Amino acid sequence: MTEPTAFSFDAESQALVDGAIAKYPPGKQASAVLPLLDIAQRQIGRLTGSAWLPTVAMDEVGRVLDMPNIRVYEVATFYLMFNIKPVGHFHLQVCGTTPCWLRGSDEVARACREFTGIKGYGETSADGYFTLSEVECLGACVNAPVLQVNDDYYEDMNAPRVAELLTALKRGEHPLRGPMNGRQNSAPEGGPATLLTIPAE
Amino acid sequence: MAKVTVDGITVEVPNGSNVLQACEAAGKEIPRFCYHERLSVAGNCRMCLVEIEKAPPKPFASCAYPVADGMVVHTDTPMVKAARRGVMEFLLINHPLDCPICDQGGECDLQDQSMGYGGDTSRYHENKRAVTNKDLGPLVKTVMTRCIHCTRCIRFSTEIAGVPEMGATARGESMEVGTYISKALSSELSGNLIDICPVGALTSKPYAFVARPWELKKTDSVDVLDAVGAAIRVDTRGSEVLRVLPRINEDVNEEWLADKSRFALDGLKRRRLDTPWVKREGKLARTTWPEAFAAIEAKLTGLSGDRIGAVAGNLCDAESMLALKHVMAALGSTNLDCRQDGAALDPSRREFFTFNTSIAGIEEADALIIIGSNPRHEAPLINARIRKRSLMGAFPIAHIGVAADLTYRHQYLGGTPQLLAGLRDGSNAFASVLRGAKKPMMIVGQGALARPDGAAILAACWALAAETGMLTPDWNGFNVLQTAAGRVAGLELGFATGKTLAQMLGGGVDLLWLLGADEFDAAAIGPNTFVVYQGHHGDRGAARADVILPGAAYTEKNGTYISTEGRVQRGALAVFPPGEAKEDWKILRAFSALIGKPLPYDNLEALRMCLVQENPLFDRLDILPHFGCSDTTGPVSVGAVGDALFEPAIENYYMTDPISRASPTMAACIEAQKHPKTPAESAMAAE
Ligand code: SF4
Ligand code: FES
Ligand code: FES
Repeated sequence: MTEPTAFSFDAESQALVDGAIAKYPPGKQASAVLPLLDIAQRQIGRLTGSAWLPTVAMDEVGRVLDMPNIRVYEVATFYLMFNIKPVGHFHLQVCGTTPCWLRGSDEVARACREFTGIKGYGETSADGYFTLSEVECLGACVNAPVLQVNDDYYEDMNAPRVAELLTALKRGEHPLRGPMNGRQNSAPEGGPATLLTIPAE
Repeated sequence: MAKVTVDGITVEVPNGSNVLQACEAAGKEIPRFCYHERLSVAGNCRMCLVEIEKAPPKPFASCAYPVADGMVVHTDTPMVKAARRGVMEFLLINHPLDCPICDQGGECDLQDQSMGYGGDTSRYHENKRAVTNKDLGPLVKTVMTRCIHCTRCIRFSTEIAGVPEMGATARGESMEVGTYISKALSSELSGNLIDICPVGALTSKPYAFVARPWELKKTDSVDVLDAVGAAIRVDTRGSEVLRVLPRINEDVNEEWLADKSRFALDGLKRRRLDTPWVKREGKLARTTWPEAFAAIEAKLTGLSGDRIGAVAGNLCDAESMLALKHVMAALGSTNLDCRQDGAALDPSRREFFTFNTSIAGIEEADALIIIGSNPRHEAPLINARIRKRSLMGAFPIAHIGVAADLTYRHQYLGGTPQLLAGLRDGSNAFASVLRGAKKPMMIVGQGALARPDGAAILAACWALAAETGMLTPDWNGFNVLQTAAGRVAGLELGFATGKTLAQMLGGGVDLLWLLGADEFDAAAIGPNTFVVYQGHHGDRGAARADVILPGAAYTEKNGTYISTEGRVQRGALAVFPPGEAKEDWKILRAFSALIGKPLPYDNLEALRMCLVQENPLFDRLDILPHFGCSDTTGPVSVGAVGDALFEPAIENYYMTDPISRASPTMAACIEAQKHPKTPAESAMAAE
């Protein structure tokens, strides 16, 4: 993926941009920098299959919001959700924070590496499908370990489930997100464990 | 006012001050890295910790904590000391131990403060963090591993310079200070980053590995590379000027210095005239002083005064201009000009050619119109003051001239002087802004005056000023922004009489004495005119000369200058002129003796007495009375205001005089401006 030399918001994004800017009082439009960066990254993902933020896109955000480019770079590099390097179609984000780690995030990461041939975090697979990153707590610890793929959380992961998921993704399917072990949302594994009967008054 | 007790000393400080300021008022020095009195408060280095009574029992960052009446502060309790030691230990975790090869060594805040708060051994055995260096262009060298993330450089470029290019990208352990994209800094004030960086992360590229501060002799002087009159310190070792740094002068440059003034000094070593030259058979040849003088004398025989003329250049000191004026008088000539660009400056009254509001006075103004000037290039420090005022708010600014990024918000009205008419008759909307303002001001640049209709424009500008309430008994908002350090003194000394430069060219005189005059087209001098060039650089004037008399550059003589504000200041000799070169007034004094009309002064004191006799203004060193305008009669108008578009007064900021033209550093700046490096080249240059 080479660095593009120009960027502008397309019609679909522009509607979102206008909406985001309209949320802030006039003159304070720079507050919309986060949504705009996100819209830009999604547009690039939509058009090229790699959702990332080249410098030209950040410059465009700076121009639209009338803020110095460096201020946009500061924000974009601060948040890990913005990819300042090209990524694959599927951005595999392995949660490595303590609860996930205790529940086997190492295994999830290893399975990702094995399936994609990626050697370490931050890399993209040779076929361009996958990029592997380590992220901090995704806030879904009850169903640890968690693997986030683009916007979707796949929970209760283990090595076979990773392989199954990635195979399906590569085939172009979109497996249902959420817990992968059949539990309902964040209910206990294997069905309800408390309040099985309604206690008599 | 709030009463604050610091270590038992009670002081009164204005409400809204911070605890650090209160401590300073009490004479207690507080160590700091991120706090800088001219920048916003970041409060991120935590070095300035103090203890405050009746507050939660923890150390407070004094720079970011406001004072309250009755506050009791301790700066030397065991808790404070331990806390500062802790901060220092953290700062040093990732700071390299490379002081022996660091250019900041000897003038480094971190080095100094670690003497007070650093441990004698390190408890940190892990790897230190390493950060790749950034390429910030030809002036600022980076060693980013040394950066302690104080963000002063970021705040300086955003707040003072108004060119927000520095920032902190990524976060935590990965945070890096730089421009993110590799590009040379585009501010004319970038050299100040070197001064404000408390460690050796940002240092001077041209000065890299040149000297240690304790080897240098320091001479206080004033800058002459623009007409602002910034206070400088010239650091020398032996016969070499090694660096120029700003000194604090709140009324002029505060504590900043523009890049040309700071970095053009390597031009002082190149293309110097260090011996007299005389033209023999069409070729310049080295000669001796007596022979050079004899050649001029021979040419002078039988020449009537009317056929002799003298032009003073942009860097001239008042002493040498007065001596030249006296020599010319002895020769019977009154053909003197110090306006090389032909600017229609009316010398009849000081107010017509000076910056009357004064630089500090800009902060009082409440509306500004800039006409035919780009202060960012012509006087970066004045521009910084305008920006400072602009940031305070309620300061509408309009610009007529060549459209430019002036670093502050302004309304661009257009590029033709015809707009003046609309402002005067009120049809231009900005006219009502000026009329409605209490202290409106106007800056007229040389770009508005150095043109055929300059006199008409000057008169129109003055009239506009008078009509919009800029000229009142206690406010003078009319300002001419000079670009030449010698210009105001020249006009004050009456170095603008008889034939003008234009009239002297093309054979208007038979002998033309150029005192450091290089900023006009020397090819326009008549082929039979005998040219004496007295100056320090082999530049345009010397190339056309028949006799060259080697003079002294501003760092090599004791000279008096008048800044564009009308401030009389003295530069000082820091090193001696090279080779055979002499201080300029001495050359003229020696020549006057030779022609049998010795000037009535043998030493600088006597000459300076003469200066005062010539114009009492010269007695008023360093002070600038705040004038209003008591007489609103304007300068004489000649002809009508034309409609030619304004042109820039200076072509390129980095090269405006013989010194900066000879400077490789300035050449590198222009190169960086014209041909920005590719990212790969930048990465190479950074290492
Ligand atoms: S480079 Fe210097 S001034 Fe800038 S943040 Fe680092 S230490 Fe501070
Ligand atoms: S630790 Fe992985 S989601 Fe919270
Ligand atoms: S000087 Fe107070 S926190 Fe840095």
